[in-house]
Amino acid sequence: MALRMWASSTANALKLSSASRANPSPPFSLSRCFSTVLDGLKYAPSHEWVKHEGSVATIGITDHAQGHLGEVVFADLPEPGGSVSQGSSFGAVESVKATSDVNSPISGEVVEVNTNLTKKPGLINSSPYEEGWMIKVKPSTPSELESLLGPKEYTKFCEEEDAAH
Amino acid sequence: MTIASKAREAGAPLMKLVRFRGVPILQQLYLEERLLRTSSDNWCLINDGTDSPAIVMGLSGKLPELVELGSVLRDRIPIIRRFTGGGTVIVDYGTIFVTLICNKDAVPDVQPFPRSIMSWSGLLYGEVFEGIGDFRLRENDYVFGDHKFGGNAQSITKLRWLHHTSFLWDFDVKNMSYLKLPVKAPKYRSERGHTDFICRMKELLPRAEFIERTIKAIGNHFSVKSVSLESVDFPSDSEFVHTTRLHAEHEIHGSLQNLLPRKSVTKVGNQDTASSLLFNC
Repeated sequence: MALRMWASSTANALKLSSASRANPSPPFSLSRCFSTVLDGLKYAPSHEWVKHEGSVATIGITDHAQGHLGEVVFADLPEPGGSVSQGSSFGAVESVKATSDVNSPISGEVVEVNTNLTKKPGLINSSPYEEGWMIKVKPSTPSELESLLGPKEYTKFCEEEDAAH
Repeated sequence: MTIASKAREAGAPLMKLVRFRGVPILQQLYLEERLLRTSSDNWCLINDGTDSPAIVMGLSGKLPELVELGSVLRDRIPIIRRFTGGGTVIVDYGTIFVTLICNKDAVPDVQPFPRSIMSWSGLLYGEVFEGIGDFRLRENDYVFGDHKFGGNAQSITKLRWLHHTSFLWDFDVKNMSYLKLPVKAPKYRSERGHTDFICRMKELLPRAEFIERTIKAIGNHFSVKSVSLESVDFPSDSEFVHTTRLHAEHEIHGSLQNLLPRKSVTKVGNQDTASSLLFNC
C-alpha cells in the first residue's frame, strides 16, 4: 500500500504538497518546521505510532516526538516475552539529559525488540517510522486500535498542542 | 505551614516544599523517583548537602568511560545510577540539590519535552540569580559566564516531569579526580579539565541566601506549602520498581577487569598482576 505523507500546520498553511517536504529539516533542527505523519498508522496522544499488520503490531515514536526530544542517545527497551498495556510505559529514551517514557498504544505480548537501537539509537531520529521502530507486539485486544487517533486527527492534535505552548 | 506568596493569591497550583539536610543521595533519588511515579502532587525537594561523597551517573552512563574505577574501588566511593538522563557528577556536603516535580499541566507554557522544560527552568533560575553573576543556561548547563556550577537532568512521564539539579556550592578538588573527562562535552567546555570548567557558588552568595532565593522564585509560580520529610507518605497501592540503583562492588570490579589486557594476568609472587593492579590503582 502506498503511503501518503501528511504534513502538519506549517505545510498546510503554506499550501505545500503533502507528498513532499520543502526545506526538509535535519533531525535536530530547532526550527521544527513541520513533522511527518504517515497514513496507514494509528497514533496515541502521547506521540507513539502503531502499525497493525496481520497478527503483529509494530510500535515506535512519531516524527513529532523525535523532533521535540532532540538527539536520542539511548533507548531502554523491554525483553521479548514481556507484556505491555495500553497507555502504560514499556521503556524510555534518553535525549538532552532527559529520560522520557515511551508508552504502548495497545496491549499485548512483546514478540520482537529492535536490537539495532542499542548501537544506533539515532535511528529513532533519522527514521522514526521505519528503521527506528522499537517493539513488535502481538495484540491482546485488537479493538484498542479503534480508540487511537488516525493521521488527520493526530496531525490536528499536534498542531493544537504546539499552538497552546 | 504555608509560605505566603503572590502566586497563591493568583490561584497558582500548589507545590509541596520539602527541605532536608544531609540525606544520602541514594535515599533522595529513591524518594524523587517514587514521587514522580506515584504522586499526583507538585513537589520541590531541597537537600542542603548530602552526607558523604558519591558518584551519580545518568541512566545510560558507561562506567569505564566516566569513572576512574581503580581509585573509586580503592577509596570505596559509591557509584549510583540514577533514573534521569545526563552526565556524571560527584556529590558531597558541598552540593545543594533542588528537585522540581510537576504535573504537566501545572506549568501551562511548558510541553513535556526536555528543551521546553529546561527553557522554563532556565528562566526560573534566572530569577534566583538575578543580580548575581552572569547566570545563564548554556548548552543545557547552568553557568556563570563560561563556568558550570550546576548539573541538571530530567525524567519525563506521560503526565509529569521532574527536573533536578546538583548545585556546586562548594566542592573538594580531590573528588574531581574520580571522574574522567566525558567523551561528549558541550562546545563551550573547550576541552577544559574539571577544575577549570566548574566554579563554586559560595564565591557569589551565601548558602542560605541561595536556598531562600530559590524558594522565593518558586513562590512566583506556585503556591508553596512546606511539609516535613517525615510526613511524606505514599498510597498503599503505589508499588513500583526503582530504576535508580547502587552499583555493587563486584560490578565495578568486573568493569575494571574488562579494561585490563588479557595477557596482563601473570603471577607475581603469590598474587595475580590483575589483582595487584586493583589494589594499587
